[in-house]
Amino acid sequence: MIKVLKAGFYASIQDKGRQGFASIGVPVSGVMDEYSANLANSILNNSLEFAVLEITFGGTQLQFLTDTFICISGGDFSPKINQKSILINARISVSKNDVLSFGKINFGVRCYLAVKEGFQSKKILQSRSFYQNITDDFIIKKNEILPVKKIKAQLKSTNTSVGILKSYFKTEEIKCFKGPEYDLLNDDQKKQLTNLLFTISNDNNRMGYRLNETIKNNLPSILTSAVLPGTVQLTPSGKIIVLMKDCQVTGGYPRVLQLTENSIGILSQKTTHNSLKFTLISI
Amino acid sequence: MVNKITYKPFGNKAILVEWNAIISEDILNDILKFKHKIAHQKKEFYTDLVVGYHSLTIKYKEEFSNFLEEVNFLKSIYISDVKIKKASNYLWEIPVCYNVKFGADLEEISAKTKLTTSEIIQLHSSKIYTVFFIGFLPGFLYLGGLNKQLFFDRKPNPRLKVDKGAVAIGGEQTGVYPLNSPGGWNIIGKTPVNFFDVENDNPCFAKAGDKIKFVSISLDEFYEIEKEITENSYKISKTLLND
Repeated sequence: MIKVLKAGFYASIQDKGRQGFASIGVPVSGVMDEYSANLANSILNNSLEFAVLEITFGGTQLQFLTDTFICISGGDFSPKINQKSILINARISVSKNDVLSFGKINFGVRCYLAVKEGFQSKKILQSRSFYQNITDDFIIKKNEILPVKKIKAQLKSTNTSVGILKSYFKTEEIKCFKGPEYDLLNDDQKKQLTNLLFTISNDNNRMGYRLNETIKNNLPSILTSAVLPGTVQLTPSGKIIVLMKDCQVTGGYPRVLQLTENSIGILSQKTTHNSLKFTLISI
Repeated sequence: MVNKITYKPFGNKAILVEWNAIISEDILNDILKFKHKIAHQKKEFYTDLVVGYHSLTIKYKEEFSNFLEEVNFLKSIYISDVKIKKASNYLWEIPVCYNVKFGADLEEISAKTKLTTSEIIQLHSSKIYTVFFIGFLPGFLYLGGLNKQLFFDRKPNPRLKVDKGAVAIGGEQTGVYPLNSPGGWNIIGKTPVNFFDVENDNPCFAKAGDKIKFVSISLDEFYEIEKEITENSYKISKTLLND
């Protein structure tokens, strides 16, 4: 078990999300940055399906009530055990009563805490991913107990980190396919969409990222139709919304681009004021 | 009727199939027929089949290697003439209390449309609505068939909280809020019935192709049904539809 001493800014348990419930309106949810969550699970030799804790900007403080192994991947928020710095992207052995905390934000927006065998919170509609109105909570709360398995220490912490590409966190390039309504755009709009350096507004969260810049838009709304995580919508005011993992299953704005799955992860490590550029790739 | 349909890639793990951009029950039925055939033939390849007013989105488990090949396969499924037993559709009777206690916007609609509140209730509860699909929120039914006299623009400033069960009108549509949610539709009543309940094996009783009829109930009946629902002794009245 793990006790939440401080909830932090926004932390939630996530796995690969809910597939198969879109026809009753249930969002996919799941980890925003699959690459980093997979890395954390892999380093612990976990199944990639296991649930991890997605921690936004740190601030979270956790006390382990059992021995286990952990790995933190994704954003680097200077994690510490009992005030001593620990490596990210490495297997760390923790003992009963150890306290995990975070410090300075070095890079990234979301980090992933994986524990050996995964978080064991209740599966609802085949997933442990937190989502309002589906799971009891949508964020972890102070004094909450997060269920994990007790793992006897047969292994030590590793002394080295698995290397990651810094470019994953630095690149401004967001790779996309043409969206279903891309061809309705005129040449000017198409150019703007792929030439402009966009910046992220302060309205960015697990549901979607709104961008600051506008594109002159004369497209009518569409009849309500499916949207997916990674769908780029062009609103009537010309603003752009990139839908993320907690997005609704249907929408009525033209879908001009569709992010690659890897680019959803890259974008999820960006926040307010960060910039990005859409690059088209073909199917 | 032969429908003209198009196939578009929607990323590299989904295909969007589109019919003519109109809201029609013929198109809905064609979409559902196609959906059913795909569900029968390709079960292991997709995660979701998402219905929209004039569209069907097939979400695949894996990236497809060749879009055109996949489309040709879907086309062959579309024209195939296999006889498969269709999922049964039902007409659901949903009790609604149109008392002003719940229908916060009834009087405003009445003033602006020159209809009395009882005429509004009569017009709203006499129609049989078609469930086109479910979206927006878990368990939110997109219903077709609202009487033209009840078309009423969304509120310029959405409410921060609309109660679960609120029955409302938004433009040319009517619907029920399945969960507490912000919302801009005009509220005319409330149903005690749960449209989304994760405790159920089937969290939402309705599906695309079903029909909904609203039945006007009194405040007393509302509380009575609400009590039966918490005690798990309430069953929504339903009738099997023949097609």
